[in-house]
Amino acid sequence: MLRRLAPPDMQPASFAFNAANAEWAQKEIAKYPAGRQASAVIALLWRGQEQEGWVTHPMIESVAQMLSMPFIRVLEVATFYTMFNLVPVGTYLVQVCTTTPCWLAGSDAVVEACKKHIHPHPHTVSADGKFSWMEVECLGACVNAPMLQIDKDFYEDLDGPITEKLLEDLRAGRGVKPGPQNSRHTSEPLGGATTLTDPSLFDGSMIGRQKRGQAAAADTDAKTPAPKPPGAAD
Amino acid sequence: MLADRDRIFTNLYGLQDPGLAAAIKRGAWDGTKAILERGQDAIIDEMKKSGLRGRGGAGFPTGLKWSFMPKEVKERPHYLVVNADESEPGTCKDRDIMRHDPHTLVEGCLIASFAMRAHACYIYVRGEFIREREALQRAVDEAYAANLIGKNNVHGWDFDLYVHHGAGAYICGEETALLESLEGKKGQPRLKPPFPANVGLYGCPTTVNNVESIAVAPTILRRGADWFAGIGRPNNSGTKVFCISGHVNKPCNVEEEMGIPLRELIERHAGGVRGGWDNLLAVIPGGASVPLIPKSICDDVLMDFDSLKAVQTGLGTAAVIVMDKSTDVVKAIQRLAYFYKHESCGQCTPCREGTGWMWRVMTRMVKGDAKVGEIDLLQEVSKEIEGHTICALGDAAAWPIQGLIRHFRPEIERRIAARAGLREAAE
Repeated sequence: MLRRLAPPDMQPASFAFNAANAEWAQKEIAKYPAGRQASAVIALLWRGQEQEGWVTHPMIESVAQMLSMPFIRVLEVATFYTMFNLVPVGTYLVQVCTTTPCWLAGSDAVVEACKKHIHPHPHTVSADGKFSWMEVECLGACVNAPMLQIDKDFYEDLDGPITEKLLEDLRAGRGVKPGPQNSRHTSEPLGGATTLTDPSLFDGSMIGRQKRGQAAAADTDAKTPAPKPPGAAD
Repeated sequence: MLADRDRIFTNLYGLQDPGLAAAIKRGAWDGTKAILERGQDAIIDEMKKSGLRGRGGAGFPTGLKWSFMPKEVKERPHYLVVNADESEPGTCKDRDIMRHDPHTLVEGCLIASFAMRAHACYIYVRGEFIREREALQRAVDEAYAANLIGKNNVHGWDFDLYVHHGAGAYICGEETALLESLEGKKGQPRLKPPFPANVGLYGCPTTVNNVESIAVAPTILRRGADWFAGIGRPNNSGTKVFCISGHVNKPCNVEEEMGIPLRELIERHAGGVRGGWDNLLAVIPGGASVPLIPKSICDDVLMDFDSLKAVQTGLGTAAVIVMDKSTDVVKAIQRLAYFYKHESCGQCTPCREGTGWMWRVMTRMVKGDAKVGEIDLLQEVSKEIEGHTICALGDAAAWPIQGLIRHFRPEIERRIAARAGLREAAE
């Protein structure tokens, strides 16, 4: 899909990080060595998108200035990475994974549910302004397929009716639970894990299994070192 | 079957507390200082002896990779970069490590950085993994607060660990594209040489490792190379987190012994193939990039690097995508062709143009709207893409299609004939 900035008539006049985000941005920049502040570009654009809902032209100018980068370099980043929304989206942006593992598990039904409850076409905000949906490439939750992402959370182990109910609940402002929508816990097999059932994994007896032997004499009496107070000499 | 006490990720499913105190009780951060006191060379030797091969897909020996870093730090600092840009379709193992067992990774980052004389490490997490990033950051913060990492930490090696994130680009899982992205640029791979061990992040010596490769290192060094090398088969040793998705009764992640038979893996942990083993059509054994194998090969193949290579596929990320007999296998591969078209960074012409071309031809072949000769043409073009691009994305796009032609050519021909028959009947 061609990724271009929204046309000028859709662009806001200006952009500024709010006070909390501006302070956060300085900390983010400090994660990188002096002169390498460009490393923070994705994080800053992402925070900007969280604040405004999408990436605007003035936002790109502002981030370029904050990071001493040419405008074109920030524009390149904004258009290259597909998580940046270059046009406004619904309050809930529903991202449905349709790559092969999800497709095998029935993502077509999830897409149909979105067409029915949001809009027949992707990238189009629903009549009530609350939703838009799109197909995305593998989101990395393949053993919990099919799945979709809304905001920060994954909703997993879906089918058509579950997806419809999820969207209805969100529309009505009812609470929804992220993660698997069936009875299982995260990525374990449905009905309970086939491994990691030995209670001795969790009783502390896993501590002190250092290799003992000729090559590692220093290890023979190794135990977890007691934390020293900060600044203590070694 | 691997005993629970020989598993490294004891909180894979998040049934226990991922926090520091609980992680220590499960054996994390145990004698870390004694490990560092062995010295850099001893650690790298032990990693080499363990036979650990990189868990990100390529299977390059991890200890050997660490040994490529300069032995002295000169004017340029050294960096460790952890590749947590997990995006290979079928793969969701690093996700569980980051959200449920993050201290295995944090401890591994310290040890690996020490071994390669790095005082700073960046973990590059894919943009979509927001909750996972938050979970990992919590673990990093805990480790700082307990003075396990940071300046003047209890381990005596100054070490800063930063969590960085992307924004949706599969190509950033390629190590040099990841470095470009980490520097604030488009994620387009660099030509090699120079290799990252000489010119990596910010032009400095850098090693890029997968999450799982780093997270298993502390346990290997605690329990010894012999322990790890004793699991699995020679040159294919250790434990591995497998992701089993698709047409199985109970899709799941599970840590198992390398070299476990594919059938045993599916039947023991994933509840078997939907409709029984005889209902199996094919399996993609190592994530989207590796060629599929039909049931006849699945019957007795072992899940490790060399066994799968011998049947013209690969272990890749050990993401097992199962397809039963109801599957439209041409469509399944066509969808992967679309994935690669979507994710090509556009830098190299064979990949940029070729992935789109292959997807368009595959789309016609799903319906049989093609000539029989086009199957050979598709094979030929895929060979022209493979090996003619800067990074392996071109290869990754070509292999699934080559695998389909290798094993399911009659199915493609059947569709073409059926469609031609329809056309004649209409005329």
